[in-house]
Amino acid sequence: MPDVRTEAQTSGGRSPAVVRLTPLLVALFPSAERRLEVEAGSVAELVDALDARWPGMRDRICDSSPAIRRHMNVFVDGRRASLATPLRPGADVFILTAISGG
Amino acid sequence: MSKKVMVLLGTKKGAFILESDAARADWRLRGPYCETWPMNHVAADPATGAIYGAGGNEWFGPAVWKSTDHGESWSHSSQGLAYEPGQEPISTVWSLAAAHGRLYAGVQPAGLFVSDDGGESWSHIDGLQKHPSRPEWNPGGAGLILHSLVVDPQDAKRIWVGISSAGVFHTQDGGETWEPRNTGVRCDYFPEDQRYPEFGQCVHCLVMAPGGSGRLYQQNHCGMYRSDDGGRSWDSIEAGLPSSFGFPAATHPRDPETLFLVPLNGDIAGRYMPDAKAAVWRTRDGGASWSDQRQGLPQQNAFFNVLRQAMAVDALEPAGVYFGTGSGEVYASADEGGSFTRIAEHLPTISSVETLVVDA
Repeated sequence: MPDVRTEAQTSGGRSPAVVRLTPLLVALFPSAERRLEVEAGSVAELVDALDARWPGMRDRICDSSPAIRRHMNVFVDGRRASLATPLRPGADVFILTAISGG
Repeated sequence: MSKKVMVLLGTKKGAFILESDAARADWRLRGPYCETWPMNHVAADPATGAIYGAGGNEWFGPAVWKSTDHGESWSHSSQGLAYEPGQEPISTVWSLAAAHGRLYAGVQPAGLFVSDDGGESWSHIDGLQKHPSRPEWNPGGAGLILHSLVVDPQDAKRIWVGISSAGVFHTQDGGETWEPRNTGVRCDYFPEDQRYPEFGQCVHCLVMAPGGSGRLYQQNHCGMYRSDDGGRSWDSIEAGLPSSFGFPAATHPRDPETLFLVPLNGDIAGRYMPDAKAAVWRTRDGGASWSDQRQGLPQQNAFFNVLRQAMAVDALEPAGVYFGTGSGEVYASADEGGSFTRIAEHLPTISSVETLVVDA
């Protein structure tokens, strides 16, 4: 089971991915945070973890194909990712709205 | 007890609410709500007072928004609001109807969902998708959308839907089986000898008259129609109107003979007010005759349209009539269309207008 922690909850010794969420996404979930750390092996697992913590967030990031939504972008270590993209320990993840959807 | 009227607006950039006392002379605007998502339909459940917003965002996909405090705060959900993996995903929610304790939602691409927990979670009524005509449904200008939802107030199992441009479909068993109900409705865009097909009509708006007779009215891409047999057959009521084209239709809250339409100048003529002069057309005799209601409406340079869900009445006596324009204005009548006042302007394109009357 992926593990989601905010920065303050992170203990030493492990290297969770550092995840930043677009403010537009955070605004849809009252308790959501813009920056958090998540232990997950792939983008799909990361989305599972976000949805477990903030129910419904998966539907905002992914469609029912299932795939990352056409106008959402997930960047992993600077490269656009898919749900299958693996996350290395300490990966740098941004979940952003694409300019094409605006 | 005195009453308060809320006019619920869905716009391309969020939901708004106009509010007045029962005199309907002084209006206050609130919003935008729903994080400025495009909202196709904002409507209330009069039984609970909850306000729901149907929409979809290019980034975040479809959702139904909900407010239980008359719009002050909102939440959203799309739990279960999805087709099976591999199917074309739902892009947006187009229409809502609250009836018999349930909430229905029509989506794009066309399909019907229902919620039994006030919009928290949804189930697909997949009988409509299983209709044998489904592979032949073609989208209208706004896409393949289920935009009109009529639930029989006397029988929860009887539902009519309007799909552009598949036509009107009806179920008598709560959604398991459906049949097209388009007999008598033209398709001017088909070859001359194929203009009355079983399905494929471009229904623009489908509404039910009050009073329990089951009478239906529809504004179609190709004419205005009335049905007195649950949609099994339709009769044209467009004689006396300035065109056969328009989008919204609104029934009177109590009189089944009264209907309000906003004909536009034509589907290939610009789709704005005929002669650029705004009018609501009202019948008091079920469509046998029409009168143009213009008092208070702009009579020059009115190059706006009124979209399919952007006209409504309220439940007061006399009934209020409201419509919102593509150019972001809202006009209101407190005397059943006798005269209008502009009660909002400079809003985003208005997709829907509904009303909610509550105790003040």
